[in-house]
Amino acid sequence: MRPENYQAVQLGDSNEYEIFIGPNHPGIEGNYALKLLLDGDTVVKGTTDAGYLHRGFEKLMEGRLWIQNLAIVPRICVPDPAPMEVAYSLAVEEIMGIEAPIRAQWIRVLQLELSRIAAHLFTFGGHAATTGMYTPMYWGVADRDLVLDLFEDFTGGRVYSIYNIPGGVRRELPEGFLEKLSNLLDYLESRQDDYDNLLFTNQIFVQRAKGVGILSKEDALEYSVTGPNLRACGLDFDVRRDDPYLIYDQLEFDVPTQEHGDAWSRILVRRDELFQSIRILRQVITKLPSISGPIRTPIPNPLSWNVPAGEAYVRVESSKGELAYFVVSDGGDKPYRVHVRGPSMMHAVQTLEYLVTGARIEDVAQIMFSLDACPPEVDR
Amino acid sequence: MKKIDYKDKGSILNPLKNLQFFARKPITEKLEPRTASSTYRGFHINDLDKCIGCSSCQKICDNAAITMVEVPSIKEDAAKGIRNLRPAIDYGRCCWCALCVDICPTSAIELTQEYVHTCDGDDTDSYFVFPQEKGIHGLNFEKGWTKTKDSDLLDRQRRPMGEVKPDARINNFDEIVDGFTLKMAVEEASRCVDCGLCEDACPAHMHAPNYIRSIYEGNLEQAVEWMYETNPFSHVCGRVCTHICEDACALGRVDVDGKRNSQPIAIRWLKRFAMDNVSKTKIKQIAKKGKSRKRSGKSIAVIGAGPAGLTAAYDLAKKGHKVTVYESLPKAGGMTRYGIPNYRLPEDRLDQDIEVIQSVGVEIKYNVRVGTDISMKQLHKDNNAVIIAIGLQNGRSTRVPGSGHKNVVKAVDLLRMIPQGEDFNIPKSAVVIGGGNVAMDIARSLARLQKQKFNKVDITVSALESLETSFLADDDEVKESQEEGIIILDARGPKQCLVSDKGQLQGLETIKVLSIFDEQGRFAPKYDTSDIKTHSCEMVIEAIGQMTEVSILGAELIEKLDWNRGRLKIDKNGATSVNWLWSAGDMVGGPDVINAVADGHRVADDINKYLQ
Repeated sequence: MRPENYQAVQLGDSNEYEIFIGPNHPGIEGNYALKLLLDGDTVVKGTTDAGYLHRGFEKLMEGRLWIQNLAIVPRICVPDPAPMEVAYSLAVEEIMGIEAPIRAQWIRVLQLELSRIAAHLFTFGGHAATTGMYTPMYWGVADRDLVLDLFEDFTGGRVYSIYNIPGGVRRELPEGFLEKLSNLLDYLESRQDDYDNLLFTNQIFVQRAKGVGILSKEDALEYSVTGPNLRACGLDFDVRRDDPYLIYDQLEFDVPTQEHGDAWSRILVRRDELFQSIRILRQVITKLPSISGPIRTPIPNPLSWNVPAGEAYVRVESSKGELAYFVVSDGGDKPYRVHVRGPSMMHAVQTLEYLVTGARIEDVAQIMFSLDACPPEVDR
Repeated sequence: MKKIDYKDKGSILNPLKNLQFFARKPITEKLEPRTASSTYRGFHINDLDKCIGCSSCQKICDNAAITMVEVPSIKEDAAKGIRNLRPAIDYGRCCWCALCVDICPTSAIELTQEYVHTCDGDDTDSYFVFPQEKGIHGLNFEKGWTKTKDSDLLDRQRRPMGEVKPDARINNFDEIVDGFTLKMAVEEASRCVDCGLCEDACPAHMHAPNYIRSIYEGNLEQAVEWMYETNPFSHVCGRVCTHICEDACALGRVDVDGKRNSQPIAIRWLKRFAMDNVSKTKIKQIAKKGKSRKRSGKSIAVIGAGPAGLTAAYDLAKKGHKVTVYESLPKAGGMTRYGIPNYRLPEDRLDQDIEVIQSVGVEIKYNVRVGTDISMKQLHKDNNAVIIAIGLQNGRSTRVPGSGHKNVVKAVDLLRMIPQGEDFNIPKSAVVIGGGNVAMDIARSLARLQKQKFNKVDITVSALESLETSFLADDDEVKESQEEGIIILDARGPKQCLVSDKGQLQGLETIKVLSIFDEQGRFAPKYDTSDIKTHSCEMVIEAIGQMTEVSILGAELIEKLDWNRGRLKIDKNGATSVNWLWSAGDMVGGPDVINAVADGHRVADDINKYLQ
């Protein structure tokens, strides 16, 4: 808790006491703090304290050329940056009235799904670590690194791809890339047993996760929960399937759901999603070679590029949930306003505060991580 | 995929299965940097020779990580569009997005696979790097992210300019080029990267990036305002300028694939578009801006109402001086009127430029020949300063045998006659000697007259230079004249004009050119005299260069002035060795309108200083 936000409170005679979690703690990737009022081991009230990673992206974007924003949008969410650039590009394309060529759309799907795999691997590890198991974390991070190797291969950057551009993608896939991708998918599938043994069918973990941080369907809707967290409550909604963008309507995949809305359901949904992503990528590998054509629809010279006045709201399914960009242009060379609808804010603020109430202190970190919120995206 | 049910309890023994990992070989990675991928976005390299210092990388950098630094060891060349600025990168700010790579017009800046840099102690300055060919540590790392056709961010193709088809345009002297529409102009203007190389290259330093920007923003009046800051002949230059700016344009360089098919911005056509679409009244208002309200009481005489003289007159008149221009011909414009055919520069456009210049208070006296109608002495007496800007009015002769025949004429003389409607015998067939733009002008003008009179074009142009390597005329001129049915014989020099016993001109004999210049680079053509061709014709036209007519100065003054190989000697501001006389334009500089305009400004500035 930052000193300026903290006022020592003299509590009356009671068993309650206040502790602080964060800003650095195992419950979340990034800096995010939580103030807990405890009665014994039980949380009476949790108050979140965001803002440690606030960089003012939305304001920054108003001062940069349309093209320059491509370099900063991925930074809004470090573990899953691809949907950021795709959503921004899609929004700008919509205002301009252009569309990326089909091949570029397939490549974008490839990038998005790879990014989802990387993000979920990260979450598995993190979630396990909150229960005291560190091996899955090492595994998750190591396997994610293999995905990052592929990102490096075709986008030139390991974490921040900066690979999309309104109108398409910046580069053709390198030679032999699809084979490399196929090998990686084989490897990830072969790791399934290892992960299952260590984590998903590990009685200790299952017992720890089951029944923790239960979110009902109604509450989920009340708190604007989206993505895997929503599907873990039994609500079957996925932007990819229900409001398809790019070429998702041409792909076959299931939307995994669970009924109980607890930490265990949430991680199971993510586990199943990872395999759905692999399934999608397999389809991309089969289909992509037969799609020829350009990978970019030309845009004007980016130094004098006025996007016609208009606005667009574009949503995509990120690994965290529904991510949307609301972009307004006044016809100038910079956005008039960009608003990012990040899924993490709803998860990490209102939902988390609700879920920790009544939880035990040792479960707080796990509840936080099971929501898979991304602090840089909360703060933006 | 194995399904795990919510109700699965798992087993306490399951994790123990992973004890098998003890039997597996451990994966050990060496503690040294691994090789990056072939598209990796690592540290920059910059090919200092390819880089032209246009600073597009600096403009697109979203972190302001790039600073352009001056490198004195690199030679600047404004005409070729090379500056001695090169990018330096602050790696404390850089985010390796590679937009600098993708915008670079010459593909000079690229990223490498190198990604490790550490500094000792407080040596944080080492993060401010001037990229060179070998990379940040001189280690010659492989290239990483380089520009491809796909990633190139520049719009390299010009908006095509419409033209009247050859068979239609040959029938008259109507203007050939259609001009841009607003949409085309805005699109063309949008290609500009605002580097300013054009402005450096332009002899008059026209603010091209500014007016291109104004056109892009749809503010044509603003664009014209920018033009009139430096050029009162904007209509003329919008049509017939030699567009040195376009040669320097950052976009007119090699494309990503190394081919020279990247096209410069059509700066000249954009200028034309803006001028054509702003009303004359408005242009007059713009031209008057900044005119001094006070009369200086000084008077200046300008001899010759061509671009140089009128530009100087315009500048001086705006400064509040009284300016009188003396013109020997009935109309103003000099070579722009009596040298450039109407199909390239319609007369009404020229008239408008001159009208605007007159509107700021320049008085032009027509049909007054200095030397005969009024003496230099008188001019000196009546005025505080005199500018002589009479251009090059006399054609040079090849002096080959037979060139004294009456049907062997000079191109400039004919070109002067055509717009005045003077009568001359249009030949059924003609040969033009010379390969410059003047040769093309006369050939094409004559072709139009022939077409009107005989419904048939028979003109041959014989030039020393070869079409492939060193031809003097613009590519467009060559292409268009060939389309109009003019035959160009390149690499052939005149041997003699054939005259029959009865004194009739029969044709021209040419010989093959082996080389034009000697080893010292001096003009000394060598011929293969055995390769002779005869072109029969009724008229031979010499278009091999012009001279000035200095006799108007009067013997006394000629004696007094300093000369340099027959040319009037002037200092860098156009002042002659006589303190009240300045000279400008083709007669001392040249060779085109925009240089004359630049000359005019220079002289006017100097005179203004002198008068104060």
